[in-house]
Amino acid sequence: MSQADLTMHGHPTIAGQPPFSLSAKKMAMWLFIIADTATFAGCLVAYGFLRNATVNWPRPFHSITNVALMTFILVTSSLTMLFGVRAAQAGSKAGALRWLYTTAGLGIVFAFLHVREWLALIDEGMTLFHNPWGTGLFGASFFSITGLHLTHVTGGVIALIVVGIRYNTGRYKADDLEVLGLYWHFVDLVWMFVVPMVYLLNLAH
Amino acid sequence: MTTAQEHKSGGMKQDLIVYLCILVLAAIQFVIAYQNIDATQMFFRMLIVSLVEAGLALLFFMHMWTEKRAFMWAAGIITVFVLLTLQYSWTDAFRLSNGVPWAK
Repeated sequence: MSQADLTMHGHPTIAGQPPFSLSAKKMAMWLFIIADTATFAGCLVAYGFLRNATVNWPRPFHSITNVALMTFILVTSSLTMLFGVRAAQAGSKAGALRWLYTTAGLGIVFAFLHVREWLALIDEGMTLFHNPWGTGLFGASFFSITGLHLTHVTGGVIALIVVGIRYNTGRYKADDLEVLGLYWHFVDLVWMFVVPMVYLLNLAH
Repeated sequence: MTTAQEHKSGGMKQDLIVYLCILVLAAIQFVIAYQNIDATQMFFRMLIVSLVEAGLALLFFMHMWTEKRAFMWAAGIITVFVLLTLQYSWTDAFRLSNGVPWAK
């Protein structure tokens, strides 16, 4: 009996069963997230190595207001993303789009605050290889880690807008929003490690 | 998501509770940053809080809790293994910070 015959007669086949009962899109996103976890972890461990092995590591941050606000915005955007997915699953297209675009808006505000912070640090004389406070490695590690995260946020905002448009036209379904939600929550999750390692441990006391 | 999974995932009330827990944990990290303790202690305290935050986000925001346990174990073991092997470089970082002539 051929594979096609087995499928036609309703018998489950090994090839026909999705691994862990996850859809192909969801599985692909999880694999991406696992790989990206290794990328961010590699960056943070390398940063920790440099920080630990360097004597005159700078502590340039005097205020936590900006980073606290950024954290609040990103965590809140995760909640709005959840609401968007739930609205889509409940069949409320208008509700899903409203929450989806709110999430994108919060992502844009986060990116704006991040860029504003970068510009303030550049104004103070911090570049990739130089800063007025200590080892030049600080700029390289700070900009690469926060830059990698900002790239993810920017990509996420673009994805939110594109998926929102396609969901509105009926090309994408609630499942697609859920898959995008996984990515957005992952970006939020990474920020939970970037904040203490890169900002809070470098507060000027 | 099936109806059973929706029921298991808890709904909007659960989302709000997890969201508030994550915000409180984030606030605790900011409090730790102003504690008068040495950098190593501060690092480990913050890391523990980050891990709890990440766990909550993974289980409830990313709905890992409602996926099959086999998937949770497979993804978890692979990720934790990779994260642990990355810690390989720390001994050299400590050697550099404590052992080289210009360190102290």
